Amino acid sequence: MIPVTSARSLSEAYAILHQRPRGLRVLAGGTDLMVAVNARVGLDRIGHVLDIWRVPELRGISLEGATLRIGALTTYSELMRSRLMAEQLPALAAVSREVGAWAIQNRGTIGGNVCNASPAGDTLPLLLACEARFVLGGPRGERTVAADEFFLGYRKTALGADELLVRIDVPLIDGARLSYRKVGTRKAQSISRTIVAVRKGPGMLRIAAGCVAPVPLRCRNAEAAALSSGDVRAAIAKDIAPIDDVRATAVYRSRVTANVLLRLLQE
Amino acid sequence: MKLLVNGEERNVDAPPLRRLLDVLREDLGLTGVKEGCGEGECGACSVLIDGELVNSCLVAVCQAEGSQVLTVEGLNLTPLQRAFLDHGAAQCGICTPGMVMAAHRFLLSGAPATDENVREAIAGNLCRCTGYAKIVEAIQSAAAGAQR
Repeated sequence: MIPVTSARSLSEAYAILHQRPRGLRVLAGGTDLMVAVNARVGLDRIGHVLDIWRVPELRGISLEGATLRIGALTTYSELMRSRLMAEQLPALAAVSREVGAWAIQNRGTIGGNVCNASPAGDTLPLLLACEARFVLGGPRGERTVAADEFFLGYRKTALGADELLVRIDVPLIDGARLSYRKVGTRKAQSISRTIVAVRKGPGMLRIAAGCVAPVPLRCRNAEAAALSSGDVRAAIAKDIAPIDDVRATAVYRSRVTANVLLRLLQE
Repeated sequence: MKLLVNGEERNVDAPPLRRLLDVLREDLGLTGVKEGCGEGECGACSVLIDGELVNSCLVAVCQAEGSQVLTVEGLNLTPLQRAFLDHGAAQCGICTPGMVMAAHRFLLSGAPATDENVREAIAGNLCRCTGYAKIVEAIQSAAAGAQR
């Protein structure tokens, strides 16, 4: 039987992290971890589960100056309902509506999406295009890692063994607009085949994509090409490295990612 | 640990990562809760926890401690269930309890029962028999009745 600690506060959670139990996994809404547990995949690598679902300090959305602070445990449903989100970053609310269906949106969290670090995580290209900062916390204190430096390899992140994601800070920029396009098999509850996010503002352009590499990534070649009226299609091909899998072929992903990006740039 | 299931306090002795689905079906005998896919895609195991729709196959029972859980057994032939019967909205029946719980939550939301809203509300509940048309009709008819 896998031991579980259900923390009721951040200090209780940090106390467990301080002990560094072997094979520690953090459980939030369970929409990824419980799927693995049910399928008995990698169970032997789970030594201890830290359940943070009821840690109140990790919930909620607030505005601090020009920074939108999103608690790691904020669910997709909360992102969809938040007035602040609708005013400041409506695209993040919109993409939450395309993640799973109600039952998943009620449990899945933005922090879980980040820490699960799937290349198909739907919020991740948006957070990358916004140059979000991930605030990691633990018994040794807090540190901030840029979204772009967080995803190190396939499902590998910069999180330390005694750290958890506390919140996501999104810098708001006057006049900037975030847009995205997710391409799945249908509109509701489908895993993306490709997803592209673009943040455009006065003199700035940020592009990121998911499902087209081992990690969700910023597309700097495409950004440079678009800013200098260069060949965006050729440039994005240098940024991404898609594979064939059950959801789509690499050729499909390359073509559709470029098409979608060009459309987003014209909007 | 204590759970409030369909209004009754129940004591459960289960490993913390045991699925709420298994506790409801095997420990508490509430077999209206069905297992379909076991990975949060099909919605057959849908229940409400503190009023919110969840897939009980993805909820570790420790996360439901002290919460109110509502399963289809907690609904007593509501107008919604009556509408499912009247419209022939069930065939094999495996998806029906989960479908009813999603529809029940939709009616509680008070959102207008447009085709799009109803279909979004049950997007996480797969039915392989009906083609959904009769299910949508049943939910819309229950919503219209609730307004009257």
